[in-house]
Parts: sequence; C-alpha cells; structure tokens
Amino acid sequence: MKKNIIYVLFCFLAFVSACGVDDNSDSQPTDSYDRGALLLNWADNIIIPGYANLSQKLNVLEIASEDFTQVPAVESLEVIRNTWLEAYKAFQKISMFEIGRAETLNYRNRLNVYPTNAQEIDGYISSNTWNLELPSTIDSQGFPAIDYLLYGLGTDQETLDKYTTDENASSYKMYLLDLVTTMQTLTNEVIFDWQNGYRETYITNISSSASGAVDQTVNAFMYYYEKALRAGKVGIPAGVFSGSTLPQNVESYYNQFVSKLLLTQALSATVGFFNGEGATADFPSNGFSLNSYLNALNTVKNGSDLSSLINDQFQVAFSKIELLDDNFTEQVTNDNIKMLETYDELQRNVILMKVDMLQALSIDVNYIDADGD
Amino acid sequence: MKSSYKRYITKQTKAAPLAVFRILFGFMMLASIIRFWSFGWIETLYIEPVFSFSYYGFHWLPNLGQFTYLLFVICGVSAFFVAIGYRYRLAIVLFFLSFTYIELLDKTTYLNHYYFISCLSFLLIFLPANCCYSIDALRLKKIQANNVPAWSINSIKLLLCIVYFFAGLAKLNSDWLLNAMPLQIWLPSKYDIPFLGDLLQQSWIHYAFSWGGAFYDLAIPFLLLWKPSRSIAFIFVVIFHVLTRILFPIGMFPYIMIVSALIFFDASFHERILSFFSWLLKKIRLFRVVKVNDLQKEKSSKIASYVVALFIVVQLLLPWRYVWYPKELFWTEEGYRFSWRVMLMEKAGYAQFIVKNTKTGSQFAVNNSDFLTPFQEKQMSTQPDFILEYAHYLGAHFKSQGHQNIAVHVESYVALNGRLSQPFISPEVNLLDVEDTFKHKDWILEFNDTIQGI
Repeated sequence: MKKNIIYVLFCFLAFVSACGVDDNSDSQPTDSYDRGALLLNWADNIIIPGYANLSQKLNVLEIASEDFTQVPAVESLEVIRNTWLEAYKAFQKISMFEIGRAETLNYRNRLNVYPTNAQEIDGYISSNTWNLELPSTIDSQGFPAIDYLLYGLGTDQETLDKYTTDENASSYKMYLLDLVTTMQTLTNEVIFDWQNGYRETYITNISSSASGAVDQTVNAFMYYYEKALRAGKVGIPAGVFSGSTLPQNVESYYNQFVSKLLLTQALSATVGFFNGEGATADFPSNGFSLNSYLNALNTVKNGSDLSSLINDQFQVAFSKIELLDDNFTEQVTNDNIKMLETYDELQRNVILMKVDMLQALSIDVNYIDADGD
Repeated sequence: MKSSYKRYITKQTKAAPLAVFRILFGFMMLASIIRFWSFGWIETLYIEPVFSFSYYGFHWLPNLGQFTYLLFVICGVSAFFVAIGYRYRLAIVLFFLSFTYIELLDKTTYLNHYYFISCLSFLLIFLPANCCYSIDALRLKKIQANNVPAWSINSIKLLLCIVYFFAGLAKLNSDWLLNAMPLQIWLPSKYDIPFLGDLLQQSWIHYAFSWGGAFYDLAIPFLLLWKPSRSIAFIFVVIFHVLTRILFPIGMFPYIMIVSALIFFDASFHERILSFFSWLLKKIRLFRVVKVNDLQKEKSSKIASYVVALFIVVQLLLPWRYVWYPKELFWTEEGYRFSWRVMLMEKAGYAQFIVKNTKTGSQFAVNNSDFLTPFQEKQMSTQPDFILEYAHYLGAHFKSQGHQNIAVHVESYVALNGRLSQPFISPEVNLLDVEDTFKHKDWILEFNDTIQGI
C-alpha cells in the first residue's frame, strides 16, 4: 500500500516537472488584472502610433533634406532645421520602447548617441567614405550628427558654404542624406516588424515570466527612464557621474536651445506611458496602464496610492524642469544646482518605480537567470 | 548521562536507509551539477562577474576563473562516486569541499538549500554510508555491514527536522501571518499558472498559504517522526514541495527535500528500494550480509559521533544568533543567513554610490553596472554587508585610478514586504571608514515600522 502511494506520488512529481512552470496556458485569467488589454493599449494606442508619427516626421525631414541638398539656401536650411526638430520630438515619444526589432537593431543608440563625434564626422566627410552600419560609427549618426551638420558648422552663412562652396560640399550633402535615410530605414524596419507579426506575439504574450511582454516592456521602460532620461539628459551633463559638469554632453549640443524642450517631451512621454495615454487624440486610451495596474493591486503606501505618489513626483520633476534655462549648456555652466535638483527629483521616481512599483508588480529588474529559495 | 550517551551511540539499526540516502543524494547532486552547468550558470554566475562578494573570513579564497569548471567536474564526479559508493570517504570529503568552495566563491548566490547541501555533505563524511550497496563494500570485506549506529540515520533525520522547524519558527511574524506578506506580492504575479492562476489572486488564498506554510514547517518533523502519521506526512511533503516548485523558481530544492524525507521510512521500505535497484542492475548483488565487527565499529564511530553531536548543537544554536543584534532582523539582516529563513521576505533596493574627494568636495556617482551583474546589484542593494564590501572595492578601484582623498557614500532605499521604500544606509557615513565585523552595523538607518514575532 505504502509503496503504491509513493509510486503514484512520484509519477505525479514526474508529470509536474515535465510540464512544470514554463507551461504557457491559453486560459484567460478572469479575476486577475487583464494584461492582454494592457499590452493592447501599449501596442495599438501608444507604441505603433508613436512610431508611425515619427516615421511621418522623418518623411518630412527626408523631403526637406533633399530640397536642402539640391538648393542649399537660408530658407531650405530653416526648413530642414525645423523638420529635424519635429522628428527629434517625435523620437522622444518612442525611445523608451526598446523591445523586439528595436532592441535587436540597437535602435535608440543608432538614432541618439550624444555627444556626437564631430571629429569623426569631419573625417568621414573629408575622406568621403563611411559606413553607418558599422558599430564604430554609432556616435557619428542619428539626430545628434544632424544637429552638428545643421548647427555646428558655424554661422548660417558658414554652414551654407559647407554645402555649396566647400571642396567637400558634395560629401557634406551625401552624409546628411545618408543620416536621414538611415534613420528612416531603421524606423521603418521597426514598424514593419510590429505590423507583421510582432504585434500579435506581443499582445498575446501575457506570461508572468521574464520573457513575458509586460516584464520586457516595463524593464525597457525602467532602463530608459534611469539611463537615457535621468542620466543621459540631465545627470551626465550635470556632472553627477563625472565629478565635474560636462556642458558638451547635453542633448542637442549644437542647437543649444532645445535641450529642455526635448527633456520635457521625453518626460511627458514617460508620464503618458505610465498613465496609458494614447499617442494622439486619434488613439484614445483603453484605460489600462501601469497606473491602473498598481491601483488594481491596491498598493497603498503610507496611506496614499503608489500610483499617485509616482504621478505627484513626476509633477515635482516638471516643476524643477520649468526653472531651467532652455539651454542646458548654459544651465550647467552658470547654475548647475538647478540641474542637480532636477536630477534629484527625477531620481526619486527611479526609486518609486524601480523599487516600489516593480516590487508591487513582482517584476524582476532585468532578467536574472538563477535559482531562488 | 555518560553511560546513556554511550548506550545511545552503540545502538545499532539496519543500514538500508542510509545506503538508499547515499545513493539518491549522490545522483541528485550529480543531476544538480549537470543542470547548473547546462544552464550556463558557471559562466554567468562565477566567471563573468569582475567582482565577487566574499563571505566574512573567506576573502582569501581565490577565484579560479576558467578552472571553476574543473571545480564543478570534481564536484560532479565525487557526487557520482558517493552515489555508487566508490572510495566513499574520499568522495564525500571532496564533494563537501568542492561544493562548499563553489558556494564560498560569491555570496550573491547564497541559497538556504545550497547551505543545506553543504551541511548534509559535511554530516555524511562522518556516517558509514558505504557499508552496504556500494563498490567499497564489494572491495573491502572489513567495512561490510548490514547494521549501522542508529545515531547516524537519526542525525540526518534531525538535520531535516531542524531545517523544517526553524523555517516554521521564522514564519511566526506579523508580516507573514497577519499581512500574508510576501505571498500577497508573489502569488498574484503567478496569474498564468493553469488552474491555479485565478485562485492565486484571492486574498484568502494568500492567508491560507501563509498559515498553511507555517503550520506545515512546524508540524512536518513530528508527523514524519511518528510512525502512524508518516505516510500521510510524506504525501504532504510531496504536495508542499511540488506546489513550491510550481510557484517559485527554486530549482532542485523541492526534489532534494522530497527524496531526503524518505529517510524517515522504515528499513523494510528501503530494503525494497534496494532490491529494486538490484533488479535494475540485473540482479548484481552488491549487498552482502555479514556479521558486524562490533568492537572496531564502535571505536571508529565514537569520534564521529562526537563531531556529529557538536555539529547538531551548532545547528541548533546558529539560527538564534540574531537575538544578540538590536533592531529589526529583516531590515538589517544581521544573523539572517544560515538560519533556514526560506522565502520569508520580499526586499527590493536601490543603491547609488557616491565617490567624494574629501579635500576638494567634488563628487561623482558610480554606475553599478560597470562593476556588477544585475543579479549582484540586486543582492547588493538590500544587504548591508554587500554594500560595505562593494564600497571598499569601489574605494580601492578609484584609488588605483589615481583618485585621492576618497570617501565612498551610498544613497540607498529599500522596500520591504510591500512597504514604501525608505532610506536604508546612512548617506553621511564614509563607508571606507567602516570595517565589516560581526558587531551591529549602526550605519544602517532606522526601520520605521515594527515586525512582531520570533
């Protein structure tokens, strides 16, 4: 008798270890938070429209770059500069979604490594050879490289001279065109992937494991907020990681008057994502977000909702940003304290989200592959 | 007293349970090593990290680099030799040393169940587990025996009882029982488990699991020891560990505990297992019934019995050492490890290290991912001894880079069992001025809450 019981138990055990925890079930949980709807909101109302918007802005930029290189003049320079800024702003809305094709393409870095390597760009142009596919050229392309080519070559007249009378004028044009085309190509690759299968994979991947879409998106989001937004846009120029300020490391160093604008765009996109707001009015939210997820889990901390604490903290960060100069190079050079204060307030939300929110959602920071006990 | 001790250690019992235990333990360890290797964890956990966190007093232990693989080979081969009982004593010593060496390499990977394996293999060094059903027993007539001292099997049972009972005691706290923490956080995230997913969202389930878990841990030793309840207790053991296997990523541990619990069954049951093994081995009889040389046996096992008795006493006392520390155990983790506090809390943290120049006042923040793996960073950010060791490492690193008058501070926050994150380590303290000791770490900030209980 005893032997039989043990035999049955071992069979049960073998069965469990065979199907185990990696099993993906098709059954839709009813009582738990609807992650499918959450992913649907992220994909259909935020991410895909965000990329589509960027792609459209890049198209406009592409046309402007063709016009400018055909007839470099004050007017066409003005147009390409404006379209560059519009695309840069649109980019801030989707930069945090480094998942799927974007992740394999290293998309964020291909489009926005700064400070750009002006010396290297000059070298490419004077030698008339470059290959933007090479990892070594990562700091010579994307928005910061265009920033250099449109704002970093001197006065407006000096800039126009580079594209007209300079001995490398054709090389300048080619490089500029190549930069824009590369950004457009990369963006379209990401969009193509979302439209051809990845969206379906994404919205149905409600697994609770580290490979689940919610885990991956939230991790990508946290990484972006901590490294790209908090550190990249504010902390690094303010010298938080270097001991002395690095005014040349601001985003959009050559057109210095939009650094704050880009940061504001990025932070509103962050807040928008947290609250599940659609990319534009055409894509209204379905109401599912990290905010509502936290509320569903009823994470009350010290008498107030964690989601409100996080949203309030975003507002505090915004109020600090408002006090900053449009020009961050000026800001860190003349009054870095304000920049550091902004960093501190952004940092508060790293803690509230990375520590408290991820704990509440039971999401591991990054993918840690090891046993627990 | 002395005579009763003597009477106890000379008492004999059938050797079959010990032989079965040795065989299953050996093969499970071999499987664990192979599993660990196949997941690439030797590389990611032991070779890739540029820095490793060492246990107090084991800083001198060299990191073996690529030779770590050799260590795992030794560990695996010795586990196999333990299983087949070939040069058992040497094999189990090698297994204990190599396994423990691996664990000492980096305390980031500390798990209670790894510590349990170290304890168990240490214990097995002193037990005559190769006296039957082993290659050794085939080779050497003088070690053949079908009886062993009763204390040898009892010591394994006792160790298992200690593990369960202390794990149960640790659960008797207000977070676990009154707030169903941390299960209230962990269980809902397992929404995609078939059948159970929806149930795991229910609050009453969190409480049922918390109370059930505590009751299980406290009661199971006695239910396994008492013969009438043994079979039913074993069913509970299987259900409990299978549940934990489904709910949590705990690797081989459930299987090891289930197999270990077999030791509680009678010799007749183990003899049936052994005859099943014999049948598997195409009826090769490795088991010889021979008369025990009582005199020799007693002499050799006497010293062993003292070592084992001392070991058990240490095991009984070690989990209580936290009592000597002031402040909240879960917060400071002083006396937390090596005490069977299993899956007891959900702790998450964030630690931003600041390197200051004390002369010029200039400072910069450290990017942890330059030095630590995500796993190391996660473990470091919630444990004061890790934070201190890492701070000293950073100090040495930046000194070697030519920085002078260095002070290392940390701005850290920790959230414990769903509470809002709080500042963890005093940011005022230059961690380079602090040495790691077993004394209370007064640079840990106050935990602004109370957790009642043992």
